[in-house]
Amino acid sequence: MRFNNPEIDKEHEKIDLQMTPMIDIVFQLLIFFIMTFNINEQEGDFHIKMPAPSDNPVNLLDDLFPPTQVRLTANEEGELSGLFFDGKPLTSMDELHHEVLQFVNSSNSPDNEPPKIELDCDYSLKYSYTVEAMTQISGYRSEKDRSIVNLVEKLQFAPPRKK
Amino acid sequence: MRLSSNKTKKILECDLTPMIDMTFQLIAFFMVLINFTRIEHDEKIQLPQSELAKPPLERIEHSLTLQLTHDGIVILSGKEVPLENISPHLTIEANLLKQFGSVPQEATVIIRAHKEAPTGTVQELIAATQEKKFQNFILRAKEKVY
Repeated sequence: MRFNNPEIDKEHEKIDLQMTPMIDIVFQLLIFFIMTFNINEQEGDFHIKMPAPSDNPVNLLDDLFPPTQVRLTANEEGELSGLFFDGKPLTSMDELHHEVLQFVNSSNSPDNEPPKIELDCDYSLKYSYTVEAMTQISGYRSEKDRSIVNLVEKLQFAPPRKK
Repeated sequence: MRLSSNKTKKILECDLTPMIDMTFQLIAFFMVLINFTRIEHDEKIQLPQSELAKPPLERIEHSLTLQLTHDGIVILSGKEVPLENISPHLTIEANLLKQFGSVPQEATVIIRAHKEAPTGTVQELIAATQEKKFQNFILRAKEKVY
């Protein structure tokens, strides 16, 4: 027999959750994260090891095998006006890349010193051109899988030129 | 005469569940993507692009970030210093490194230079840090995406 128990009836009552405060907070959070959101492009590195000139005053290897020089000249606005690989004038960065490829292939034997290139840039040359030249010299992305192929790892700067 | 208005008195209940689901998804998305590392990224610096620039694989220990604007101002730890007066600030940084049990020879200098900065100023900045016995340098560039 079932009694009509008022206690049991209470349990069957619908529990109403208060949604409003939760939604308020959730929207606050959402707005905070949207406002602080910023898209950062990936940044990458070029590693250069450059001890101060005074640390190794006599470097016999450098005297015997001076690094091959890449010279970049600039006009008054700082745009690239001339490009030379070991004294030979070039017309474009692609040509520089081609020269470097040939240079690396010709010096590719185990007993040789690893190829070394020195960058000699005009004072006013825009930094983006320097980075572009460094890119062409230090390697390329392979056509197949976009992985990086290294060409010249020993890259150094010539002493800065005067203004 | 009054018409029966019983119909309008019904409670209008809308289903909030899908909206809350979506909102939580959005919050989770923005939470995962948020980064607070903007201290070292100054808005004034626009990095040059390079297709070979790849993000560092491991965390660099003991690094010193130097940012160079196109008009020869160096930004280091939030301070803006003209390139000519950078030397004493670098001495402070070198001494700080020693306090943290490192030496400038082991530390890495990260150089974030503006793409239109004259190369000569970048070289002068490198020369100034070399005087303080730093020798590992990283030149930062933006990854070129195809």
